Amino acid sequence: MPSGRVVPMTGNHYAIEAQGLVKRYGETRALDGVDLAVPAGRLLGVLGPNGAGKTTAVRILATLLTPDAGRASVHGFDVTSQAHQVRSMIGLTGQYAAVDEMLTGVENLLMIGRLLGLSRGDARRRAAALLERFHLTDAGGRAAKTYSGGMRRRLDLAASLVGSPQVLFLDEPTTGLDPRSRTELWGVVRGLMADGVTVLLTTQYLEEADQLADDIVVFDHGKVIASGTSDQLKATTGAQVLEVRPAAEHQLPTVSAVVEEVVGDPPEVSGGRVTAAVRDPAVVPAIVRRLDDLGIIASELTLRKSSLDEVFLALTGHRAEEREAGDEKVDDLEVYA
Amino acid sequence: MTAMTLPAPPRRVSAGATVSQTLTLAWRSLVQIKHNPWELLDLSIQPIMFLLLFTYVFGGAISGSTGDYLQFALPGLLVQNALFYTLSTAIGLNTDISKGVFDRLRSLPIARSAPLTGRIIADTFKQVWAFALLVGFGMVLGFRVTTGVAGLLGALALLVVVALAMSWMSVLIGLKASNPEKVQMFSFSVMMPLTFTSSALVDPATFPGWLSAWAEVNPVTHLSDAIRGLLIGGAVAGPTLISLLWAAGFMVVFAPLAIRVFRRHV
Repeated sequence: MPSGRVVPMTGNHYAIEAQGLVKRYGETRALDGVDLAVPAGRLLGVLGPNGAGKTTAVRILATLLTPDAGRASVHGFDVTSQAHQVRSMIGLTGQYAAVDEMLTGVENLLMIGRLLGLSRGDARRRAAALLERFHLTDAGGRAAKTYSGGMRRRLDLAASLVGSPQVLFLDEPTTGLDPRSRTELWGVVRGLMADGVTVLLTTQYLEEADQLADDIVVFDHGKVIASGTSDQLKATTGAQVLEVRPAAEHQLPTVSAVVEEVVGDPPEVSGGRVTAAVRDPAVVPAIVRRLDDLGIIASELTLRKSSLDEVFLALTGHRAEEREAGDEKVDDLEVYA
Repeated sequence: MTAMTLPAPPRRVSAGATVSQTLTLAWRSLVQIKHNPWELLDLSIQPIMFLLLFTYVFGGAISGSTGDYLQFALPGLLVQNALFYTLSTAIGLNTDISKGVFDRLRSLPIARSAPLTGRIIADTFKQVWAFALLVGFGMVLGFRVTTGVAGLLGALALLVVVALAMSWMSVLIGLKASNPEKVQMFSFSVMMPLTFTSSALVDPATFPGWLSAWAEVNPVTHLSDAIRGLLIGGAVAGPTLISLLWAAGFMVVFAPLAIRVFRRHV
């Protein structure tokens, strides 16, 4: 561990690194020994339900919270003992849009630029360029309180980019956004990745992690319970998913019986479909033959990789986007404990 | 793999940068007024309302003439208003915390003290504005400063010093309160009785014995007497000294507490 001296760890190629992070709030272990490693230029998706500890991890990495145990660094600088250096490399966009609602878009960005030591002219040019990039030029002269949710989030993201950070933390950047704003924000994040920025993005949305992340870690109850690429995670359940939809709905019980007979386990029947985890692709022709013998026409028959949703369910026993009332209070605590 | 060649970022903020960051954040608090003139109006309307109500509604009953009462009450209203306004530091700080702006500032490579000192500087400017407005309006209604410019500036200086000492308490409240409404509650339930049970607006000799005993020790009484002395003549040295001692006491108690809580946040 580096002492007070500023020595970027040579041979350390991780932009973000954490080892054994622990953070407690009373009896609750918000983080219970978390390890992370993000190579420069990659996007790590941190996936987990509310209260899993995602925000706590981001707040520690962004120097806003001190861990109770463990250590973390950004480009080799320790987030606790070298916090100032870390702050000069990072950008942070939180769950709620942290813009000053009383100031205009331009003024918000000017303020950050001036705080980061830009001259008045440079700060003005930087603000104008960022507003343009985020399609906020027309709204730049209006107070941020008049902005829509999506516009605020874009302004917030713009504010976190004024200092051209090498590492960006996006804490649930699309929570509460409508689908169109969400897709727009995804586009922005992809643009940043093209610029070589390292991104750590937390999300409750499996689709978001699937769409954006190079690597994914899954958090649950303050622990990393799985990690890998989206494909690796999908493969960890060891199964592909077979879906059969009979043309006539009254044949569902028969189809279900056939699938159970061939696969060995009782399948799930819902939405006019029979769904089963499959380990051996050879079962597919067997099922097709049996259905054919029985004169059942399948309007849909597919074999696909399990979705991240199913992976999450298999890993944790509950769905990612389910909000458990008991978990909410941990997130509240996280904000200003 | 090539070795990382990131330029080593500076380890801390220079004194010059600290000053510039503090001024930027003071600018930020003041430029808000441009878009939210209501805030300035808030700042101005309440004291003007009080001034008008007390002068014309109670003035005759209390002093026999509105003119006499205005001369007596304006210094007290200045004190009351300055003390109320110290809580705006708490409200502003608390709003920043609950909106996440405070976190954004903390995640920047800036001096840790800048968000606090920037805000306090801006609030001091607003204090000066409220003082000028109230004295100016009072003069239109017939108030006369009998001690000259020196007395006027002396009164302003004393109010600013006391307000700065009080702002430590305000910082503590701002950091601890769960939301800005709680701060407003505090203002109403503590500041209101504190300023009314003093010599700010009436002569405490008319109070019942127990209340007048309290008014004797109430720091607002000493501050009101000092400001009155500085503006319309009378004893100055004694009440000013006691007011400054109170201010120092406030700082000794609340500054370390506030800084401790602030450090935990920063």
